[in-house]
Amino acid sequence: MKLENKIWTNFDWPLLLLYISLVIFGCVNLYAVDHGTFFSSSLSIFSSSFGKQCLWICITIVIFVISLFLDTRFYRSLAYAFYVLTLLFALGALIWGVQVGGHRSWLQWGPIQFQPTEFTKFTCALALAKYLDQSTIRLTQRKTQLILCFIILLPVGLILLQRDIGSSLVFSAFIIVLYREGLPPMPILIGEAILVIIVLTLFINRIYLIIGALGLGLTLIGIGKRTFKEIFTVTLITLAIIGLEEGLHLVINQVLKPYQQNRIKALVDPNTDALSISWNVTQSKIAIGSGGLWGKGFLQGTQTKYGFVPEQRTDFIFSTIGEEYGWVGTFIFISVFIGLLLRILYIAERQKLRFARAYGYGVAGVLFVHFMINVGMTLGLMPVIGIPLPFISYGGSSLCAFSMMLFILLRFDAERKYYLSSAQNFS
Amino acid sequence: MYISRSRIIQVIVVVVGVIFIVKLFLIQVLSMEYRLAAEKNVVQRVVEYPYRGLIYDRNGQLLVYNEPVYDLMVIPKAVKHLDTVSFCQDFGINLQEFSKTLQKARQYSSIIPSVFIHNIDHKTWAQVQDLFVDYIGFFINARTVRRYPSPILAHTLGYVGEISTTQLALDTTLYYKQGDLVGLSGLERSYEACLKGKRGIRYKVTDVHGLEKGSFQEGTLDSLSVPGQNLVATIDAALQLYGEQLMKNKIGSIVAIQPYTGEVLAMISAPAYDPNLLTGKKFSTYFATLAEDSLAPLFNRPLMAMYPPGSIFKLVQALIGLQESVIHTNTTYSCNKRPIKCHPHPSPVDLGKAIQYSCNPYFYYVFRKILIPNVSQNTHADTRSRLQRWASYVRQFGLGQQLGIDLPHEKRGFVPDAKFYDQCYGPKMWNASTIRSLDIGQGEILVTPLQMANLAAIFANRGYYYTPHVIKSIGNQPIDCQTVGKHETVIEKAHFDFIARNMRHVVRGGSAWRANIEGISVCGKTGTVENRHGPDHSVFMGFAPLETPQIAIAVYVEHAGWGARAATAIAGLMIERYLKGKIDRHQIQNYVLQGDFSH
Repeated sequence: MKLENKIWTNFDWPLLLLYISLVIFGCVNLYAVDHGTFFSSSLSIFSSSFGKQCLWICITIVIFVISLFLDTRFYRSLAYAFYVLTLLFALGALIWGVQVGGHRSWLQWGPIQFQPTEFTKFTCALALAKYLDQSTIRLTQRKTQLILCFIILLPVGLILLQRDIGSSLVFSAFIIVLYREGLPPMPILIGEAILVIIVLTLFINRIYLIIGALGLGLTLIGIGKRTFKEIFTVTLITLAIIGLEEGLHLVINQVLKPYQQNRIKALVDPNTDALSISWNVTQSKIAIGSGGLWGKGFLQGTQTKYGFVPEQRTDFIFSTIGEEYGWVGTFIFISVFIGLLLRILYIAERQKLRFARAYGYGVAGVLFVHFMINVGMTLGLMPVIGIPLPFISYGGSSLCAFSMMLFILLRFDAERKYYLSSAQNFS
Repeated sequence: MYISRSRIIQVIVVVVGVIFIVKLFLIQVLSMEYRLAAEKNVVQRVVEYPYRGLIYDRNGQLLVYNEPVYDLMVIPKAVKHLDTVSFCQDFGINLQEFSKTLQKARQYSSIIPSVFIHNIDHKTWAQVQDLFVDYIGFFINARTVRRYPSPILAHTLGYVGEISTTQLALDTTLYYKQGDLVGLSGLERSYEACLKGKRGIRYKVTDVHGLEKGSFQEGTLDSLSVPGQNLVATIDAALQLYGEQLMKNKIGSIVAIQPYTGEVLAMISAPAYDPNLLTGKKFSTYFATLAEDSLAPLFNRPLMAMYPPGSIFKLVQALIGLQESVIHTNTTYSCNKRPIKCHPHPSPVDLGKAIQYSCNPYFYYVFRKILIPNVSQNTHADTRSRLQRWASYVRQFGLGQQLGIDLPHEKRGFVPDAKFYDQCYGPKMWNASTIRSLDIGQGEILVTPLQMANLAAIFANRGYYYTPHVIKSIGNQPIDCQTVGKHETVIEKAHFDFIARNMRHVVRGGSAWRANIEGISVCGKTGTVENRHGPDHSVFMGFAPLETPQIAIAVYVEHAGWGARAATAIAGLMIERYLKGKIDRHQIQNYVLQGDFSH
């Protein structure tokens, strides 16, 4: 009981409050999506997605209570075990899984369906934190870098085999952890940049890419130390980016035939056929844009209600927010979400245990990448990659997994004062 | 400048948030484009086509109505999750047909709708109406086509068709749109303004499948469609039908008019066609076939065919002669069969007998007396002015001009005058003898069957006529004969009475005995018109009964020989049918239906 009391005194209430407000908002929003669709009226409340989401929220409360009883030591000692367990589940999904929307990533057990992928993100964050917890670890070492790479790429490989490319991209979020913990920025930047450029070349007008690359280069020179060497390197990189983009553009547009180009675009998301991608984004932008300053009001959306926006319970849920609450609503929503992310980063930073801090950055990274890709894609700023908006999108697995990640971080934070500062600060 | 790594991460997070908020501000607040696009997405402008007005006959029998026709349409690309088996069951087709039709539609276009099943009847439509939620990619296209319960009166009713580009350019009201249906001929054309009604426009909100979700802005922008006005025709459908049966396998016209109102009771043009052929999608196919037919079934003979009137015109000559006092009822003339040949009859004859026997030399004499009443110094100039005077009399009978019937394409006919003959022969190169064919209604004078029937009406009315018309009332607004216009001749009524009595003699004791009906005092005059194209045309003009005329009629049968045979028999049957409501003289009816008029 004594420990319990200590937990409550050190508990981070602002983060919990931000979390609760987002979940409630997400639930209300799901109710709005259900309302007015032509198959909602005939079914009982618990077979609607709103009703089901309410049930999932009850389950997260149970998870929350359980998480209060398990302390840092529990996760610290069992991190690898969890990691291996979820990998086995992912492997199981690959073998016995049920195909849902083009992905073979669902495990079915009686009436219960769940997606191990969502939990893999969480255990991967734990495993990384556990590995980084060793005091002898230096991220400048080649061997350490390879092991960390291995920890991240193992689940990525499995998820890629499930043909769920969207989720596998989320694992790039862990670069934030590695960066915070001292990974030299060069390999990250080069690796990320090449990947991002390849993806972006497929979707975005190359003029913007070139302008973006030049802009980024100039900014880096501007905020850097402005030595000759640095300016030279940055210029070289910028030119390399443009060269890569132009080369890729040439290959795609000159060498490949239109149907081959479409296949490449469809590769990024097997869920949607290549031709309808732009339709989805256009409809999503129309729905959001038609919201205006104040929005059409709760339950008053027409674009989302009448089915013009596809996948609006899951991937395109943000378009409902945009349409019904307008710019004021989206401004508040984005502010709250960014607030949540900043609070997580703040909490992570104040951990004395390196394990907890690395884990905190992992949580922040995963949520941030989800948020950035999901909202970005509904606005046409990001390629269409089918991943949920945390706490808002319909789906039990993602809600439970994200909540669990957050609850465990809260638990770590609550007992931070029991640990001496053993984390080395590399910044 | 030193920035910690944790700070850089925080900045990245905030920058992404700011980018989103700015982008959202651009598309939500600054741009109108998306709001318009959203409206375009959900709001559909639906044109509600009004029902075209119906047309009834004078006794309330329906002549034209609108039949809804349902076509099942398919957009091959949009077909999704289709339960083919239940679909085939619902529409009563087999799987082979299904895949064949779908394949054909796909070959035509995968995104443009094409007809999957033509003309689904109302019952099937009612059954499948609700199933279209499941049959994605299929929809029903409802339209109405004109239908004619009885295939009569084709020429008078006319047909509707797609508006032409020239008509569209001429439309000053800017009502019509490309693809609209308009009346192209007959009543459909002349009463287009009444029949068309008014289009309505409805703005409806639909979902992505096109399912209706309600009205836009509570329907404040909607306008209701106004159905077209119904018309009541003056036509007696039963008489019309009988006339068309009589005219089967013949070429010619029957026009029957109610003399004291100018209402057209029947207007038959033979050969005719089934008006149901020129409706809906089959229009162009059948129209081409009918247009190529050598017997010209599309040609509306009562209004458009112009013939020499023949002997019936002798009555007009007699009236002009009497009015001009160049002859009297007892003027006697000896028929020497010259200069125009004549058929055998007692001689000499007075005017009454001349009408009864249709004596040609007598009317040569009459016409000559009209043109040269007395010996003159300058015969030519005198003849010229007398012919002009004669022509002005003839025009008072409604000849040589449009009568102004409420139907399109009416021909004027032709009344020759001095100017015409000057052009033909040269000035001073012609005289009374040159134009002697006119005395017996041959030669240059041309009259339409409608004008002949109107002539009969003038005799029935003893000197006046109401403009013939086909529509009695528009909506609930009746058209009385005063509004259509009364036209009087200057000829004294007494002369008409004399002629009418002698027309009675023609039927009772003269050539027109086939029109003699027991109990009805039919009056008439036959005519046999020589023509260059073949056997003589058979003509009859008359009215009945003598004292209170109820019907005036003209029958013109091309190349059927003597007027006393085909035309008279048909006119007699029409009068009998109209006044008695039944036919007692079956031998005459069989005579007409057999169609052999050589005896």
